[in-house]
Amino acid sequence: MSGFEWLVPVILTVITAATPLVFAAIGELVTEKSGVLNLGVEGMMLVGAVAAFATATVTGSYILAILAAAAAGGFLAFLFGILTLSLMANQVATGLALTLFGVGLSALVGQDFVGEPIDAIAKLNIAGLTDIPVVGPILFGQDPLVYLSFVMVALVSWFLYKTKAGLVLRAVGDSHDAAHSIGYSVIGIRYLAVLFGGAMSGIGGAYLSLAYTPMWAENMTAGRGWIALALIVFATWKPGLVLVGAYMFGGITILQLHAQAAGLDVPSQVLSMLPYLATIIVLVLISKDESRIRKHAPACIGKIFHPAA
Amino acid sequence: MNFKNIAGLLGAAVVAGGMLASTGASAEEKIGFVYVGPIGDHGWTYRHDIGRKAVEEAFGDKVKTTYVESVKEGADSERVIRKMAADGHKLIFTTSFGFMNPTVKVAKQFPKVMFEHATGYKRAENVSTYAARFYEGRYVVGKIAGKMTKTNIIGYVGSFPIPEVVRGINATTLAARSVNPDVQVKVAWVNTWYDPGKEGDAAKALIDQGADVILQHTDSPAPLQVAESRGVWGVGQASDMSKFSAKAQLTAIIDNWDTYYVERTKAVLDGTWKSQDVWGGLKSKMVEIAPYNDAIPADVVALAEETRKGLMDGSIKPFAGPIKGQDGTVKVKEGEELDDGVLLGMDWYVEGVQGKLPKGN
Repeated sequence: MSGFEWLVPVILTVITAATPLVFAAIGELVTEKSGVLNLGVEGMMLVGAVAAFATATVTGSYILAILAAAAAGGFLAFLFGILTLSLMANQVATGLALTLFGVGLSALVGQDFVGEPIDAIAKLNIAGLTDIPVVGPILFGQDPLVYLSFVMVALVSWFLYKTKAGLVLRAVGDSHDAAHSIGYSVIGIRYLAVLFGGAMSGIGGAYLSLAYTPMWAENMTAGRGWIALALIVFATWKPGLVLVGAYMFGGITILQLHAQAAGLDVPSQVLSMLPYLATIIVLVLISKDESRIRKHAPACIGKIFHPAA
Repeated sequence: MNFKNIAGLLGAAVVAGGMLASTGASAEEKIGFVYVGPIGDHGWTYRHDIGRKAVEEAFGDKVKTTYVESVKEGADSERVIRKMAADGHKLIFTTSFGFMNPTVKVAKQFPKVMFEHATGYKRAENVSTYAARFYEGRYVVGKIAGKMTKTNIIGYVGSFPIPEVVRGINATTLAARSVNPDVQVKVAWVNTWYDPGKEGDAAKALIDQGADVILQHTDSPAPLQVAESRGVWGVGQASDMSKFSAKAQLTAIIDNWDTYYVERTKAVLDGTWKSQDVWGGLKSKMVEIAPYNDAIPADVVALAEETRKGLMDGSIKPFAGPIKGQDGTVKVKEGEELDDGVLLGMDWYVEGVQGKLPKGN
C-alpha cells in the first residue's frame, strides 16, 4: 500500500521520541503510587545515560550497558531514599537537589566520553516478519528497549491492580498510617518503589544515549525528565494513560517538525508549543471525572511518614 | 625563646610569605569566558574553549582564565557575568547572542572591566562585539550542496530565527541555486541551540520530507549522525564532526577564535584595548573549511576551493545582486550588494527557501 509508506518513517521516529518518556514516567509512577514524590527524574535519566554510554563504549555489551544504567539510576534513587525516607528530609527539595546532582555528576563522569560516537543498539530484524510493508518495521523492527517499555507498562499495570503486593503499595501511597497500623513496612515498600523508579529512569536515559542519538552529550535529556513528571500527573497516575501521553507528546513533537519541513505556514514557535498544549488538553479531557481522579491519585504523595508509636 | 615566641614568628613569616606570593600572583590578569552550552557540545562552545586554551598557551603565567558553561540566556547570565566582573576579571568574553543585554547592563556598572560580546550588535566604551562571517562558509558549502544533492532538496536545522541564522540560510540557498537553479531549501526550527534529541528529530523530519543534504545551525553532532545512519549528506557545524559521520560529512564550517582571543587578550595586557566591532571571515581565518570528503568529485572540490579563494580576496560577494526575495520581488539589483548593516538585521528569505520565516527573537 504505497499510500501509507510515507507514514512509516514518521511512526518509527515517534516511537523513538516517546520511549525514554515511557520508561521514566512508568518508573516514577510506581514511586509516586507509593506516596513518594521524586523530582529527580532528570538527574537519574542523565546518570543512566552516561552509565550506559560509558559501559557500552568500554565493554561493547549493550546488555551490560542497560544494567549499568538501571544501577546508576537506582543508586541515585537510593541516595534520595536515604535522605527522604530514613532521614525524613523534604521530598520536593531533595528531588530537586537530586536533579542538580545528577546533571553535574553525569557531566563529570561523561567528560572522557564526549565526542566519541558508538553504534546504535541493534534493531530487531526477523527475516520475513520485519519485511512486511508498513507494519513490518513498526512492529518487528524496533530495538529491544522499545519492546521492553511496552512490557514494563503492562507489568506495572498488572502489578498495581491485579496483585496483592500492588494493592499494598497503593495502600501505602493512599494512607501510610493505615498501612503501617496493619503491619506493613511503609518505609521498606517505599524504598523498593523509589529504587524501581530510579532504575526505570536510568533505562530511559540509556535509551537516549544508546539508541536515540548514540553519543554522550552533557544534559542530553534536555528536560525530558520534567516532561515525564508532568505526564504522570496529567495521566492521573494511570499506567495506560501514561503510555498514551508519552506517545501523544512524542508524536506531536515529531509531527510539528514534519509540518515545518513541509512548509506549513504556522510560526515555528507555535508549533513548538503544540506537544505540550495538546498533551495537557487531551489528558485533562480524558481525566475529567473527579471521582476517578481521587481513586487513582495517591493521597499521601509527598507527605513524610512519621511512624506513630 | 619560648614556644609562644617561635610560633608567633613562624606565623608572621607565613603571613608575610603569603602576602609576597599573592602580590606576585596578582600580576596575572583574570580572563573570563561565559559559555551558553557545554564544552562537550563538540560544536560552538567547544571551539570557544579551544580559543580560551590558546590564550592560556600564549600567555602562560600572565593570565588566569576561568569559564562558566551552560549559562542560560536571560536573567541567569546577568548574574554570572556580574559575578565574574566583581571577582576581578579584566576581560570577559560572552559567547552567545542572547547574552547581549546582560553584558551591556553589567558593563555599565563595571566601567573598568572590558567585555567582548560574540555575535551581538550593542557596543559601549567597554563593550566590543565580534562575530565571524559564517555565511561565507555557508556560501562555499552551499555550492557543494547544490552540486551533490540528487533530490534537489536541502534540509536546514535552524535554531532561532535571528538574522545570523537567516543569513546562513540565505547564503546557502543563493550559492546552491547558483550552481543548481532547481534547489529548494526546507527549514525546521528547533528553538534551541543545543538539544541532540530534537536536532536529530528535525534532521529525520527533513530527510523524510525529501532532503538529501542536511545543514544545521545548532550545536550538536546529532543531525550529522542521523544523516550518516540514513545515508544522506551532512555538513559539520562550528567544528569538524567527521568522527560522528565519516561517510556523511561533506565538510565542516569551523569557527576559529584562537587568533582573535589571543589578540584581544594581548591588547588588554598592553593597555591598548579599545571597543571595536570585528566581523572576520575566511580571510581573517575566523572561519575555516574542514577537509573535503573523499567522495566529493574533483570538479566540485575545485569549485569549492575557487569559491573559498574568491571570498577571501573579495572577488566573490555572496550578497551581490541580483537577489530575489521569497515573494519574487527584487531585493538587490544587479551590480549592487547588501551592506553589513542590512545583513546584521536580515529578516527575509531569498527565493528558493520554503516556508514562512517566523518572527525572530
